[in-house]
Amino acid sequence: MRPKTRAAILSAGALCIALSASACAGAGGGNSAGNPNSINVLMVNNPQMEDLQRLTADNFTRETGIRVNYTILPENDVRAKISQEFSSQAGQYDVASLSNYEIPFYSANGWLAPLDNVARDPQFNQADILPAYTASLTGKDGKLYGEPFYGESSFLMYRKDILEAKGLTMPEKPTWDEVADIAAQVDGAAPGMKGICLRGQPGWGQVFAPLTTVVNTFGGTWFDKDWNAQVDSPEFTAAVEFYTKLVREHGEAGAAQAGFTECLNNMTQGKTAMWYDATSAAGALEADSSPVKGKIGYAQAPVKDTRSSGWLWTWSWAAQAASKKQDAAGKFIAWASSSDYEELVASKLGWAKVPSGKRISTYENAEFQKAAPFFEAERFAIENADPKNPGAQERPAVGIQFVGIPEFAALGTNVSQGVSSAIAGQGSVADALAKGQQAAQKVGNKYK
Amino acid sequence: MSTLTPAAPRRTTTRPAAFIAGPRRRGKSRMDPTRNNTAAGIGAWLLALLFAAPVMWMILTSFHSENDAATNPPSIAANLTLDAYREFFGETSGVSPWPSLINSATASILSTILVLVLAIPAAYALSIRPVKKWTDVMFFFLSTKMMPVVAAILPLYLFARTVGALDNIWFLILIYTSMNLPIAVWMMRSFLAEVPVEMLEAAQIDGAGLLLTLRKVVAPVAMPGIAATALICFIFSWNELLLARVLTGVVAGTAPVFLTGFVSGQGLFLAKVCAAAVVISLPVLFAGFAAQDKLVQGLSLGAVK
Repeated sequence: MRPKTRAAILSAGALCIALSASACAGAGGGNSAGNPNSINVLMVNNPQMEDLQRLTADNFTRETGIRVNYTILPENDVRAKISQEFSSQAGQYDVASLSNYEIPFYSANGWLAPLDNVARDPQFNQADILPAYTASLTGKDGKLYGEPFYGESSFLMYRKDILEAKGLTMPEKPTWDEVADIAAQVDGAAPGMKGICLRGQPGWGQVFAPLTTVVNTFGGTWFDKDWNAQVDSPEFTAAVEFYTKLVREHGEAGAAQAGFTECLNNMTQGKTAMWYDATSAAGALEADSSPVKGKIGYAQAPVKDTRSSGWLWTWSWAAQAASKKQDAAGKFIAWASSSDYEELVASKLGWAKVPSGKRISTYENAEFQKAAPFFEAERFAIENADPKNPGAQERPAVGIQFVGIPEFAALGTNVSQGVSSAIAGQGSVADALAKGQQAAQKVGNKYK
Repeated sequence: MSTLTPAAPRRTTTRPAAFIAGPRRRGKSRMDPTRNNTAAGIGAWLLALLFAAPVMWMILTSFHSENDAATNPPSIAANLTLDAYREFFGETSGVSPWPSLINSATASILSTILVLVLAIPAAYALSIRPVKKWTDVMFFFLSTKMMPVVAAILPLYLFARTVGALDNIWFLILIYTSMNLPIAVWMMRSFLAEVPVEMLEAAQIDGAGLLLTLRKVVAPVAMPGIAATALICFIFSWNELLLARVLTGVVAGTAPVFLTGFVSGQGLFLAKVCAAAVVISLPVLFAGFAAQDKLVQGLSLGAVK
């Protein structure tokens, strides 16, 4: 027993010393705060970002000598971490992935560094970025605070073969009534196949992303131009009733838990004939590994009272104001958002994986057009999205599928829980929206 | 066993007459314990399987491809592959999990050692040679666990930022030590209270000094307790996510933080997350198996007077 105990104590001691040494090495070796040739990037864990992480060392670092340390987290976690980091200006991260929802108020709070150097760089060619993004990433002071990494609108994806077999045709710009009609007819067209997949998962960025575009085109809005809440208005209610009824009657199983990923799975596995969601989903549907490659048709976001209804979203790069490495941060942003990077992805991973939806030149590239049958529909959707005037009335803040104020994330998520319950068959839409109206009015009162 | 054999003649020859002639109820009650044992055994196995099922499922999923892992209903018989493990170890992404695993090991092991170094003397002073108002001291230790961790996050974050301790593994070690210390003191106190006073007195009479008493009398009795406490502290630090996620960043990120990085809002990730969870659970499982005997002994020690 005794020699054993002694051996255990000795080995524990040795391990302890080894670990302390490694911890010191870790703390000194990897920390970029003192190293001018490395930057820290905090980003959301989407497939396009994973590709970027894979390609950085062999390309960007080799060319510039700047090492990039990535921290990647799921969307909700990354938002929490970014807001904590940027609001306290902790300076741990030089660059973060932010969307066109956050950039306007982050820049107004003075948390971001302007990207004038990137915008002025002739190599970068700011004029090639779709104007809708340049506009939505510009702060109130007229300076540019973000460069898009990839952009998206929303459109309707449908199985051409299934509609054809039923003798149906999808209009290029369908109305919601037409879509509901088609959904009823293709429901059950193949074993286990539903008519349409629509997000039902709670969250302002889940169910309320597609649902707010439906609200817009039904003539509803979260707030009128004087910040009066309109959540229980007849138009808003009609839109939510329509959406809930459609997804309950012809939507996917377990709709109240379904988000982007679940619908993507349903579409690739042939469990739904249509899907209304982000245009960036099309890349995955047309990838070589996808069983439905070549079988998908693309139509514009369905409408009712407005001309178009697609949303506008971009994950973009922004530099923290407290970062001491603005120069290196700017170089990284200029590289990641460049057309050279798109070509790099195309050559290594194929054109379908290119982080598209931000540059005019991408849509004019013959190879991209060949690899991405959805390119025309995507470009049309992005160019026709109008974040300043997305509905039937004037709006007090910018945004299509969101209201461009910090409080919207909590408000949208709060109201979405009631809507999600209604989709699950518990509780009514009217009750959910009545509660939502009160919550929204409290937010609106702050801005009156 | 012979009560279960159906061969009646043999039973009549081997069993005393009293047993056969006895009332039926008695015979039945003799047979019941075995039956009950079998039933209890089957029940225990079923329960164990029920509890183990999610872990089994996780292990199975980790050997599936992402597409097979995402099917609904699940495809149990899908082809097995090591792709998810390759992904976890960074073969395709080039991101190695080792720095975060080393960070986790550093934080867990060092904080556990620190906890033991502080908790054992404290527990000694609360049980073997109790200080005045030792119950108040115990309550004070317990009261530090009453505030939810999440309520302390913001002050901790701001403090770490001000003193420049963000993303520093030593700060995490300090936090984990203070997080586990109250539990360790409580556990160690109940273990040390088991040391019979007579043994201590006997040692004293024999002329043993404090150090000798500690080494020869207290330590052997308390060893299972120390092992159990160490393992609990190690597990709590190894699995801690909330504090690590908020206080670390690029350099000091721990394994649980690394694991969450596989969760994606726009892609398939189930197999990868399962593979990561399997690998990250292994050290705790090994530690648990290694200390199993000591642990069971230690965990029941405080309960049996």
